[in-house]
Parts: sequence; structure tokens; C-alpha cells
Amino acid sequence: MEIANAFALLANFVIVPATAYGAQLALGALGVTIIFGILRFANFSHGELMSFGAMVTILVTWLLQMNGIGLGPLPTALLALPVGILATVAMAVLTDRFVFRFYRKKRANPIVFAIVSVGVMFMMAGIIRIVIGPDDHSFADGERFLISYGDFKKLTGWDQGIAIKQTQVVTVVVTLIVVAFLFWFLQKTRSGKAMRAYSDDEDLALLSGINPERVVLIAWIIAGSLACIAGTLYGLDKTYKPFIFLQILLPIFAATILGGIGQPVGAVLGGFIVAFSEVTVTYAFKRFLAYLGPDGWAPDGLVQLLSTDYKFAVSFVILVVVLLVRPTGIIRGKVI
Amino acid sequence: MTRRVVFLYGLMLLVLIGVGFFQSWNVAFGIFNLCLISAVMALGVNMQWGYAGLFNVGIMGFTALGALTAVLVSMPPVQEAWAVAGGDLALSFLCLVATVVAIVLARRMVPPAFRMLVTAILVVAGYFLIGVFFLPATDRIESIDPALSGYLGGLGMPVLLAWPLGGVVAAGAGWLIGKIALGLRADYLAIATLGISEIIIAIIKYEEWLSRGVKNVTGIPRPVPYEVDLVDTQWFVDLATSLGATDINEASSLFVKFCYGLLFIVVLAIVMWLAERALKSPWGRMMRAIRDNRDAAEAMGKDVKARHLQVFVLGCATCGIAGAMLATLDGQLTPTSYIPLRFTFLIWVMVILGGSGNNWGAVLGGFVIWFLWVEAEPLGNWFMATVTAPLPDDSAIGAHLMMGAAYTRYLLMGAILLLVMRFAPKGLIPER
Repeated sequence: MEIANAFALLANFVIVPATAYGAQLALGALGVTIIFGILRFANFSHGELMSFGAMVTILVTWLLQMNGIGLGPLPTALLALPVGILATVAMAVLTDRFVFRFYRKKRANPIVFAIVSVGVMFMMAGIIRIVIGPDDHSFADGERFLISYGDFKKLTGWDQGIAIKQTQVVTVVVTLIVVAFLFWFLQKTRSGKAMRAYSDDEDLALLSGINPERVVLIAWIIAGSLACIAGTLYGLDKTYKPFIFLQILLPIFAATILGGIGQPVGAVLGGFIVAFSEVTVTYAFKRFLAYLGPDGWAPDGLVQLLSTDYKFAVSFVILVVVLLVRPTGIIRGKVI
Repeated sequence: MTRRVVFLYGLMLLVLIGVGFFQSWNVAFGIFNLCLISAVMALGVNMQWGYAGLFNVGIMGFTALGALTAVLVSMPPVQEAWAVAGGDLALSFLCLVATVVAIVLARRMVPPAFRMLVTAILVVAGYFLIGVFFLPATDRIESIDPALSGYLGGLGMPVLLAWPLGGVVAAGAGWLIGKIALGLRADYLAIATLGISEIIIAIIKYEEWLSRGVKNVTGIPRPVPYEVDLVDTQWFVDLATSLGATDINEASSLFVKFCYGLLFIVVLAIVMWLAERALKSPWGRMMRAIRDNRDAAEAMGKDVKARHLQVFVLGCATCGIAGAMLATLDGQLTPTSYIPLRFTFLIWVMVILGGSGNNWGAVLGGFVIWFLWVEAEPLGNWFMATVTAPLPDDSAIGAHLMMGAAYTRYLLMGAILLLVMRFAPKGLIPER
């Protein structure tokens, strides 16, 4: 019984939220890693691209809600997502056409690309704040819980319940579908193989007749779709705040580097590792240990490694440790 | 100094004078002072990017460290806090030193295979050991009169001393970060520095015993007279009337801004002189050689990593000095205002617009961009008003666009950065 309660407590406060957060980070990191693999630069505008996608989705969601169209228990945002994806892909392809392509032709230094992506970030931040404003927006609707805290307790008779929010389920399911599709695409299709070849060795790929502009276009389409989905899911799960997307860049970059730059599997792995470390390190284990220990005993302190204020610091510490110990990442990234 | 430099600086001065005539002299001097601080920061970034090609996006963190130093140096100490918690703080500091020494020793003695494991165990053990003394001490400090103090206070020394010290503190942090992140790929340095600056801000925001956190420290002592005192001082009143001032209050606030301006000009001149000397010395030529062809420089026997660390530390120190100046000018430390969009990326736009690698360009960029950043708001309002003019007065879209007017400055900055990078990558004043 005690063990079950301890598990429920841990699941409710650590495992479930960290899984959802990890899925969001994994999607974000996948986008960054694909651009890293194909265009070979750290795209600082990826956070704002996520924000842009989420913004379009929110606007369409509002339109649908006004007309009374919904998905029943599922969030309306899922219905609006395809439009958001289209808009984000258009945005990504347009920035490539008008900004990045020029430097690609010149074979500019990766740092130049990174600086230019900062400029893109500024412009996108401006557009987003002009269109939707700097305030928070909550746009989740439908059923709130798959199973609520109280229902779970009634069902099992334990002291502790596990609440699973609908947005968390949606996040994980959508991520599973997207990641499965992406890996199928990269492994099985001709274009996917071309992309992997291009990412492995640019010159060799060119020699075998792969069209670089096509590869780059597909990379941006994938990155844009992933960004929109990741941003929307993050906004659904928490709330949509424009400024958060600059902060979330850090865990996303950490996940990318931890997994190995340019490695899609690594990005997913990295996303979950970063999310679980963030949540575990800032969780107070006092009650968890109290359940496991002898009756009536509880630890003195909160048994919390770091206060929740330093959530973002965790991803940075992971980043530094990876850079020091294994700069290539878990799955050896090719760029170093 | 070429004709182009003189022309561009003259133009900038004319624009500022124009602000004085058309808006008000107070606004003009306010902008001018912040332009000077921005210029110092831009010089710091120029050292790292322009001389050495290091992409540091952690400027905000170093600026905030400088600002924190201003508080720690100039605010009066809170005796009570030291009395209740000084001993425990000293003990936790000793524990920190002991942990570091233990780790260094252990890494020397343990065979390489176990090195990681032993280090990790020692880090965790040390963390908890420090916590035993540290956490109760900070709780006690924060519970002392939380509305007014609740922190350790500073040393109660003149605030001008904080300017060089802010540089020293930022240099120390820069050395530590440089040790970790330099020598890796260039984009890694960018990401790592972005991370460290977020952490520095988080510490200043949440460690209330040190900086009062989000409760802000206000009333940092000034190096210049206060307006309220000036109004009552005879010589100032005489001076103001002899200069033909009509409003004595406005005159006093102008005078204070003028004094700040003088102090900042002195700092900028010193930094500028040193930076120019360094750039023209054999050291500067070596830095540029490393930037342009790292492998060739290395083959010539230059220690690239050590030189990069050197210039990184110098740039960070310059940003720290600017941070201390900024906190002094504001008279307060507000951790929430240290956001990367303003203190990091804006400074980058300054350097790139001005001309990377050219100190005169960086300073000019600091002036132009800060001016545009401030004036973008009225400009944005005017722009949005023009755009929405054909719409009816009660139109929701019109009102919404007017609300967003303040954010046209982001658009403007992004556009400047992109256009300069594309069409004039050498900037307004190219490197010689």
C-alpha cells in the first residue's frame, strides 16, 4: 500500500508532467537538430518559430470556437493545427528564401548564420507581439482530465491519486505519431535518405546527384511543422506566453547537444532526459520518502535538490557537463 | 579619424541636439547617458566579436553582475543580518572551499577510470554539507525586516569604486565560463553563454539574501548631487539664473544628468583609449590574425585558446563596468529588467551596425541603436496611427494595432540587423 502511494505521488508530480514536457522538448529539439544537420548552424529563431505556429493555431482556434465548431472531448486546437502548420512552414520557407539562402550561396561561416537567425528572431518576436500582444492566452478546451485526482483515488482506494490531464495525453499521442512518421520518412523514403546522406557528407551527396535546394526545402518544411506542433502542444499544456519561447530555447539546445547534434534519435532522447532531470531535481521528495520509510517518520527537510526557481539552470548544468565530458553527445553527433 | 567618422559622429550629435530642441533637453540628456553606457557595452562585445570572432550571447549576465557589484559595494551593510548569520555564512564558505580542494585533490589521486564517479560523489556531498549551514543562515537574513532590508547589504563604500570592481567580478565570471566553453565550436560558445547569463539572472532574482531579488534594491548612493539638495544650494541657484533657466527643478535635473554624462564620458574615453591601443599593438594584430585564420596562427606558435580566454575576459570586464554604471544611473537594481532582448541582442545589433572590429564603429553603433530603440516608440505610434487612419475610430483592429505599436521596435531592430548583414556586412565604419 505504502509503496503504491509513493509511486502514485511520484507519478502524479514527476513522471506524468515530465513525460509531457519531455515530448514537447523532443519535438522542439528535433526541429533544431534537423536544421543543424542540414544547414549546420544553431537556429536561434526556432523558439520564435514555435511561438509563431502556436499563435496562428490560437487565432484559428478562436475562429472555430466563435463558430461553435469543436472536437468534443479533444481540444479544438487540434483542428486548427493543420492551418498553423501551413502558416509556419510558409514562414520558415520564406525566411529561408529571403534570408538564409543568400548566405548559403556564399558558403558563409556558421556564426554568420547564427547571427542572422538572431535578426529573424527579433523580427518574428515583433510580429508576434504586434499580432497577438504580449499577454498570456489559455486556449485549451474540451475535457479537462482523462482521469482526475479524485476519480483515481476512488477507483483504487489509495491515499494518493494520479491526475492525467487531457492536454498531457494529447501531447504524448501527437508526439508519438509525429516522431514515428518522421523516422519512417527519414529511413524509408527517397527524400529522407537523401537528407541523411546530405547531412552525413555534403560533397559526396552532391556528387551522387542530390539536389541541395530540395533537401534544404524539405528540412525547413519539417522544421516548421515540428516547431508549430511543439509550440502548440506547449501552449496547450501550460499557457501561451510569447516571452517563454526565448527561455525554452535553452532546454531545447541542451537536449539537442546532449543527444548529439544532427541526430534525430538523440534529440528525442535528449528532450526526455532534460525534462526528467528538470522535474526530478526540483521536486521535493519529502512525502515520497515518508511513504517509503517507517510509519510516522518523515525527513526533516524538503529533500529538494534545487528550488523550483532554478528549473532552467538544470538544463544548463546538463549542457556544461555534456560539453565537458562528451561534447559529441550521447549518440555521436557529426558536427564538432 | 577619417572624414566619414567625423561626419557620422557629427550627424549623430545633431540628431541628439534636435531631440533637445523638439522634445526636451531632459529627454536628450537621458538618451545621451544611456547611449554612453551602451557604447561601453558595445566596446566590450566588439573586443570579443570584432577582435577575436567569439560569439558571446551572455552579455546580459555580465551586465547584471556589474549591477550587483554596484549594490554590494555601495549600499550600507545590514549589521543585524551579519550578526545573526555571519558565522554560518563563513562556515558555508569554508565548506565550499573544502569541497573544491577535496575535488581537486581527489582528481589527482584517483585513477582515471573512477575520476568521474568520485567527482560526482564529492560534488553531491559538498552540496549537502554547504546546505546544512547555508540554508538556515539565509532564512534568518531574509526574515529581518523583509519589507525594507532582508539582505546582507553592501560595504557602504563610494559607488564609483563599484565601477572597476564590477569589471573585476564580471572578468572572474568570464574566466570561469571561458575555461569551460572556449575551445569548443563557435555555436556551442553562444549557447553556453546564453545559458550562463540566464543562470546569473536567476541567482540575482531568487537569492534574496544577496540582492533582495525581485523586491529590488533601491536608493543606491549617487556619485553626483541630488536634485532636491541642488534646488536649495545657493551657488547652483545663482548659476542657473545667470544661465537664464526659468524652471529651477528642471535645471537641477538637467545638471544631474550632465554630471552623469561627464562621468560616463570619462569612462568611455578611458576604455576607448585602452581598446584602441590594444588593437594597434602587436597583441591586436595577433588577435586579428587568429580570427582570420586560426590554423595559420596556431602554426605560427600562437596559443589560440589562451588568447581567446584573454580577450573573452577583457570583453566581459567591460560589460561588467557598463552594468555597474547602469545600476548607478538608475539608482536601483531591478533583476527583472535584465532581459536578453535588450542587453544581449541589442548590443549585438549595435556592434554589427557600427562595424565589427572597429572601436569607433562600435561606439557609433551604440549611439545610433540606443537612440532608435528609444525613439522607435513614438515612431511606431506615428506609423500605426498612419496605417490605421483610414479605419473608423471605434475599429477593434485599429485599437489592437495601436496597442502593438511599442513592439515595432523589435521589427525595426531585426530589420536593421538583417539589412546590415546582407548589404553592408562591414558596418557603418568598416574595420581598417
